[in-house]
Amino acid sequence: MAAATMNPFFSQNINQNSLVPDWTSQEVSTGTTIMAVEYDGGVVIGADSRTTTGAYIANRVTDKLTPIHDRIFCCRSGSAADTQAIADVVTYQLGFHSIELDAPPLVETAANLFRASCYRYREELSAGILVAGWDQRRGGAGSPSQWGGSGSSYIYGYMDSNYKPNMTKDQCLELVGAAVALAMERDGSSGGVIRLASISEAGVERRVILGNQLPKCSTH
Amino acid sequence: MALSNVLETPLPGFNFDNAARNAALEGLYDGGQTPKPMKTGTTIAGVVFKDGVVLGADTRATSGEVVADKMCSKIHYIAPNIYCCGAGTAADTEKTTELLSSNLTIFSQTSGRNPRLVMAVNILQDMLYRYHGQIGASLILGGVDCTGNHLYTVGPYGSVNKMPYLAMGSGDLAALGILEDRYQQDMELDTAKELVRVAIHAGIMNDLASGNNIDICVITREGVDYIRPYQESEYKDSRYRPGTTPVLTKKVVPLKLEVVQESVQQMETI
Repeated sequence: MAAATMNPFFSQNINQNSLVPDWTSQEVSTGTTIMAVEYDGGVVIGADSRTTTGAYIANRVTDKLTPIHDRIFCCRSGSAADTQAIADVVTYQLGFHSIELDAPPLVETAANLFRASCYRYREELSAGILVAGWDQRRGGAGSPSQWGGSGSSYIYGYMDSNYKPNMTKDQCLELVGAAVALAMERDGSSGGVIRLASISEAGVERRVILGNQLPKCSTH
Repeated sequence: MALSNVLETPLPGFNFDNAARNAALEGLYDGGQTPKPMKTGTTIAGVVFKDGVVLGADTRATSGEVVADKMCSKIHYIAPNIYCCGAGTAADTEKTTELLSSNLTIFSQTSGRNPRLVMAVNILQDMLYRYHGQIGASLILGGVDCTGNHLYTVGPYGSVNKMPYLAMGSGDLAALGILEDRYQQDMELDTAKELVRVAIHAGIMNDLASGNNIDICVITREGVDYIRPYQESEYKDSRYRPGTTPVLTKKVVPLKLEVVQESVQQMETI
């Protein structure tokens, strides 16, 4: 997972107008729960859909699963502007690289490109990014299961106990769906709908679990 | 414009560099209130409907607690098929949209293509991200191009969201309440206009920094209908209508222009 965090020094340097609420000048952040789980032949990624500016939900149907290439996605957490900008830069770099190479790029290459940007500008950026996808060689997400974002802290126990090696694609989808739902239940900065995608040689399958279809977690 | 603190972290503690300058500035006002930058307190909203996009905005611009402009225009022209509502610092939204409009016009003329909304959004995102939030512009872009009817919002830090309905500005919560309740997909034109009007009205009623009149801009394949004002404020000051101040004398002096020099240059023709 490529990560760079910093408390942004930049804030709107206009005189504080008391009529304007202060969340209008706060940076937009994807509070977030993001996950990636490998299976044999591909990877399943999932995320919640909440973007916040302070206490206000700026977008309740955000798509945090961003395509970087045909079979490579990234899951974004941290500052919305920073992660969108980095993703755009890496999409360009990877696209260029792929054309030069005349071959589909590796997930590892994409991850290294993210790392390069995140590390070089680590003082200015606030970004936590998961890179996952399929490629001819290894593909995957770097390790069998990865998760990130503010909501991920609440599901370490769930993942440790429920992740088993050699799961099928459907089992992975169920696991990721349930885990993100649990995180959304507990984390104020995560919520909305669950966006899932499964990436394999055949292609990318995207689906959405709406609010009323969320897996029922607790009894109260 | 280079940001001096991009590569160097600012020093901790107080920075008194501008103290002397600020003191001199305050001296000019002799104890009175120094001017505050003009902000468009604002309620802006946009809605995608069956045949296009409807954008709406209030018309109040505030400078601190004073209404600086009662009939401010917050729906800016970007291209014949693209308009942009701006909230935040008035100067920033004005200049940013003007810059965008110029760039897109040049692009249109050199490429022979009509500009698309995604291009406008990308240019804005690039610019606002580069300035790391120092440009206080929250924009709602709406328009119709060859790929369909689109509505985007760009935040001051450079984040972009694409939605079928949006509201921004200090009155956005009030407007969004209306939009969340009454938005439907594929609305007719009249329903959409009424929805945006009610949304902006909610912002005006519930937010002190929004007020006065409501402007509406309807963009469809056929063209643009910019209705300014769509709804006038009930609280208009009618004491100072045009004609209140009587004209006592009028003097018209035509400027005498004389031909100083006349020359004929042969043009080289092939």
